[in-house]
Amino acid sequence: MPNAPDRVLFQRILFTAILLLLPFAVDALLGRGWLRIVDFAMLYIMLALGLNIVVGYAGLLDLGYIAFFAVGAYCYALADSPHLALAFPQLFPDGVHLSLLIVLPMAALLAGGMGVLLGAPTLKLRGDYLAIVTLGFGEIIRIFMNNLNAPVNLTNGPQGISRIDPISIAGVSFNATQRIFGITFPSVHLYFYLFLFFAMLVVFISRRLERSRIGRAWMAIREDEIAASAMGINTRNLKLLAFAMGAAFGGISGTLFAGFQGFVSPESFSLMESVMVLCMVVLGGMGHIYGVILGGLLLALMPEILRHSVVPLQQALFGKTIIDPESLRMLLFGIALILVMLYRPAGLWPSRVRRRELSTDEKTR
Amino acid sequence: MSLRFIPLLFAALLLSACGKSATDQASDQLTVRIGAAAPLTGPQAHLGKDNENGTRMAIEDANAKGISIGGRKVHFELVSEDDQADPKTATIVAQKLVDDNVSGVIGHLNSGTTIPAAKIYSDNGIPQISPSATAVAYTHQGFRTAFRVMANDAQQGHALGVYAVKNLGAKRIAVIDDRTAYGQGLADEFIRAATAAGAEIVSHEYTSDKSVDFTAVLTAVKAKQPDLLFYGGMDAQGGPMARQIRALSLNAKFMMGDGGRTPEFIKLAGDAAQSVYASLPGVPLEKMAGGTEFSRRYETEFKQPIQLYAPYCYDAVNVMIAAMQKANSTDPAKYLPTLANITHDGITAKIQFDGNGDLKGGAVTLYQVQQGQWQPLETIGGAATP
Amino acid sequence: MEIFLQQIINGVVQGSVYALVALGYTMVYGILGLINFAHGEVVMMGAMISLSALTALIGMGLSPLLALPLSLVLAIAVCMLLGYGIERIAYRPLRHAPRLAPLITAIGVSIVLQNLAMMIWGRDYHSFPQLFVNQAHQMGGAIINDIQLFIVIAAVCVMAGLMFVVHRTRLGRAMRAVAENQHAAQLMGVNVNRVVSITFMIGSALAALAGMMVSANYGLAHYYMGFLLGLKAFTAAVLGGIGNLRGAMLGGLLLGLIESLGAGYIGDITGGFMGSQYQDVFAFMVLIAVLLFRPSGLLGERLAERA
Repeated sequence: MPNAPDRVLFQRILFTAILLLLPFAVDALLGRGWLRIVDFAMLYIMLALGLNIVVGYAGLLDLGYIAFFAVGAYCYALADSPHLALAFPQLFPDGVHLSLLIVLPMAALLAGGMGVLLGAPTLKLRGDYLAIVTLGFGEIIRIFMNNLNAPVNLTNGPQGISRIDPISIAGVSFNATQRIFGITFPSVHLYFYLFLFFAMLVVFISRRLERSRIGRAWMAIREDEIAASAMGINTRNLKLLAFAMGAAFGGISGTLFAGFQGFVSPESFSLMESVMVLCMVVLGGMGHIYGVILGGLLLALMPEILRHSVVPLQQALFGKTIIDPESLRMLLFGIALILVMLYRPAGLWPSRVRRRELSTDEKTR
Repeated sequence: MSLRFIPLLFAALLLSACGKSATDQASDQLTVRIGAAAPLTGPQAHLGKDNENGTRMAIEDANAKGISIGGRKVHFELVSEDDQADPKTATIVAQKLVDDNVSGVIGHLNSGTTIPAAKIYSDNGIPQISPSATAVAYTHQGFRTAFRVMANDAQQGHALGVYAVKNLGAKRIAVIDDRTAYGQGLADEFIRAATAAGAEIVSHEYTSDKSVDFTAVLTAVKAKQPDLLFYGGMDAQGGPMARQIRALSLNAKFMMGDGGRTPEFIKLAGDAAQSVYASLPGVPLEKMAGGTEFSRRYETEFKQPIQLYAPYCYDAVNVMIAAMQKANSTDPAKYLPTLANITHDGITAKIQFDGNGDLKGGAVTLYQVQQGQWQPLETIGGAATP
Repeated sequence: MEIFLQQIINGVVQGSVYALVALGYTMVYGILGLINFAHGEVVMMGAMISLSALTALIGMGLSPLLALPLSLVLAIAVCMLLGYGIERIAYRPLRHAPRLAPLITAIGVSIVLQNLAMMIWGRDYHSFPQLFVNQAHQMGGAIINDIQLFIVIAAVCVMAGLMFVVHRTRLGRAMRAVAENQHAAQLMGVNVNRVVSITFMIGSALAALAGMMVSANYGLAHYYMGFLLGLKAFTAAVLGGIGNLRGAMLGGLLLGLIESLGAGYIGDITGGFMGSQYQDVFAFMVLIAVLLFRPSGLLGERLAERA
């Protein structure tokens, strides 16, 4: 029998191996379309983890989170496409083409800054008032992006920015099939590893934060802001920090999205997207990293799973397709959201601390 | 730790894989899949379904005809996907169609979904014909695989602008657009053409593709006393807008692009639809061989009138199949060059593509509502007009 | 001047619609502290049901004078049932759950209702039959028509009626008690579940009324119409101070006016740099500004944060 540390090590190696082999398994079993879905799921996990800092740790309800994703995406789109040549032909005759390694920190910083910008006027607001202001903020960002094609064509308005350069690091383009050590890596596989790396990074940072003084201060604010402030916690700075950190993660995710997609337009950043990310956090288990990952995976995959199972299921049951699969798919999705919340109101996989709070909460009310 | 959710993921993926099994027919028959992508849920679902219907009809017709390519009888199969009018979903759907080994794709509906999806089709060498994406950018990304059987914004906006000034004598023009890729693109081209033709743009207002109340912007327009109002947007907004124009007694001619030339518009606008102008790329269906027949059959089969782009989808499929027949191959790599140079008599126009994959000539027909019906007034441009 | 007056009228009409829907949000929020995100979809259901009932009744040869109220009553009845069901299934079991859980079920309910409507009524836009000549009235050069006039009057009447119910009746007293403290109210012999159910049913009845008026005014109904309307009405409720009936009315009217005046005059104010495309930005900016100075909305009381 291996002893405990060995088993942990073994588990970790196994886990890493599974993750590394995952794209090949998905490709072989289900096809590249599914791998693309998994790639998007990774982006959503990053988003959900970012929002988890704001909503899960600091307890600030944010309904405009997708704005930071948009900021990141537009950052990359402007910094890696021929688009700016239209607005500033003298300055950038061929557009701008910066390396991801420069754009990424830039986008994170910019998004973080926007987070502070959003946070500053809303410090006094609570609960649902905060929700509507953040919602408004998200819409404002989207509307600006949708309209800043005049007087200066900055975002190309509703047409969106196309011909964005694919991500490439150190001369290796992620858009083409690469052969490394004799193994062929198609483009979607490469993006998977890239996103995996950043998702892991976000998980790592989240975990460190969770157990740091900052993380505990956030949770104190979440539970009781007045008490927290009485204990000497600088609630203002910490709230702003939560907004900034969450926003920065959103910005990183957005940057990767723009490179992956090759096209950004304002319609990708609608309110519904913010709501979906919030659903991921709450459904998975607020404040619990693995719960949030589960929520992100489920919500990103579920509509696609339903898309592929609704018709065959009807075929099997009734021998023909009775109900239009598309409306049934979304219907089932809605029902699933309701059912999960009814039976697991704290999320599918809540953190232990949270669960304890809930049971005591029940008694005191 | 995190190991726990991995089996769950796999189970989920496997579950869905069961649905993937292909329905291959007998072996002497060649099954050729044609992909279709359009929003089948969400606010534009009615147009997406219309596209799917048009595509389906063409495929059923081709199967009924019994086409042989490369010496084998071909059975065409429709693979229809819902892109939810969302760019991200569009790329997923595109990749999925590629996985499903489609020989060509008819789609997508919107420019916003067509543009990102085009990259995936291009990477995999699969020809894509959009029946309805009109943004110029779509065919200007440098992809050999991107085609459309519809006049683009520049072609249509130009025709509309010139017609408004030259034929309708508009001097003071107001423009409203819905801030979508379609509405804004069309409105901008309209403005360019109208100003070039000598009219003045007295007001440019904006709304959204989800609004129902336009009284505020219409009142602002009224203050400028235009003699023509152009709306770049869809029928769902154009209909109520026409009503509100009348309610505010704004005395200006009202004009829309192809998004407004639908039976839906007349239904929604009610009495206010009378004498509204709109355009539709191509030649009037009833003037084309097989056009009237098509609309009659469409109505019998789907028990509703053609919404908008179904005839273009029908043409798109047929031109694709024609190229396959001419190249004597269903292999995308082999028939793609043939498709680029093909001449095909469709039901909306004589279809030929230019170097970008745009429709050559791009005839546009102007219509007006008279006695609750769209009546063709004049067909502008289009070297390919018969 | 006429143009300005016309913009005011536009704003008041649009604002009355927002107010009617916002009343539904605010009632539920006032009592449960819960954002009923599915409210917009109930409005949509009301519009769809009244429209199909109307079409069916007219088809049976009933006079419009009879068919109109009858279809409204039917829509109200169905929506009340719907409201009851939504509360019973999606919210009641979660009354003591973490605050965000009912938010997710509300989103789930929205998705379900939307897609159910799409299955029942299809993807097409439905046009509202033009039954009467919609008489237009001149007011100092500006124009207002019958339906619009009716919307404004109805909103005011509904508000007055609700105020009466909440402040002058036994039921109202029970509602206020539940809003104050559910447990204390229960101890005082108030049937909390019943009061909550009735609140939802009243809110849903208002939604049905709003739905029918919206579709009559704009001439169309569609399974997707509830989303944006719900969002705007929610904004209006917060602007006025959510949980406060008068606030909902004020917020609705204000939002309507801000939108129409914004659309009409942003261009002039900013010298043509921004136009009516920034209408919503303008509205949200006003909202944020208001909340900066009055963090609980214009008429909202300072309530302690609900856990």
